[in-house]
Amino acid sequence: MSDVKKFMFVNRKAPYGTIYALESLEVVLITAAFDQDVSLVFLDDGVYQLKKGQQTKGIETKNFSPAYRALEGYDIEKLYVEKESMEARGLTEDDLLVDVTVLGRAEMGELMDQQDVVLSF
Amino acid sequence: MLHIVNKSPLSNTALDSCLRVAKSGDILLIEDAVYAATSGNAFEGKIREAMGRFKIYVLKPDLEARGLADRIIEGVSPVDYGGFVELTTNNNNCQSWL
Repeated sequence: MSDVKKFMFVNRKAPYGTIYALESLEVVLITAAFDQDVSLVFLDDGVYQLKKGQQTKGIETKNFSPAYRALEGYDIEKLYVEKESMEARGLTEDDLLVDVTVLGRAEMGELMDQQDVVLSF
Repeated sequence: MLHIVNKSPLSNTALDSCLRVAKSGDILLIEDAVYAATSGNAFEGKIREAMGRFKIYVLKPDLEARGLADRIIEGVSPVDYGGFVELTTNNNNCQSWL
């Protein structure tokens, strides 16, 4: 298909404190329905979206973290985490609930340059 | 005075401002500010430094929601909603650093 575009979703906000993380996930799933080339990037506090073991009963909010594990089923398999952001938060790949590709800031910048559309949340 | 902070220390200056301006008292970290209370985060040094002047509390349900209840920095005290209410009543006044 020649009309497939490269879409990148840049997630920079922590979950629950604001609505951005959940809204991003909604738009990602919509984009997947149009058979586009989708990449998800997690930078800064966005890395926290992928933290294992989220239990939201106490704040009476929907725990949407299991949805990241379902992305594979929608053929969204390109998940990238910036190494520097992860390390600044005391997190490692083992703390994350999905398999991701960890990129340094320079590689991340290159990947951004290759996109047709970049959406920021 | 009870200081309440609800923003992540790594994406907003609210907690920094609180620590810079406030002299002493209690600090309660809620919502996205709970990340400040987790070991290994880049703000940990500032939290440890602030412990000399402040008693620091963190709202446990917000930590649990974010999957981080098992890595509270030593010396930071977790509280539940009841503890939140007690902090507000035990202090003469409070300030929310929005």
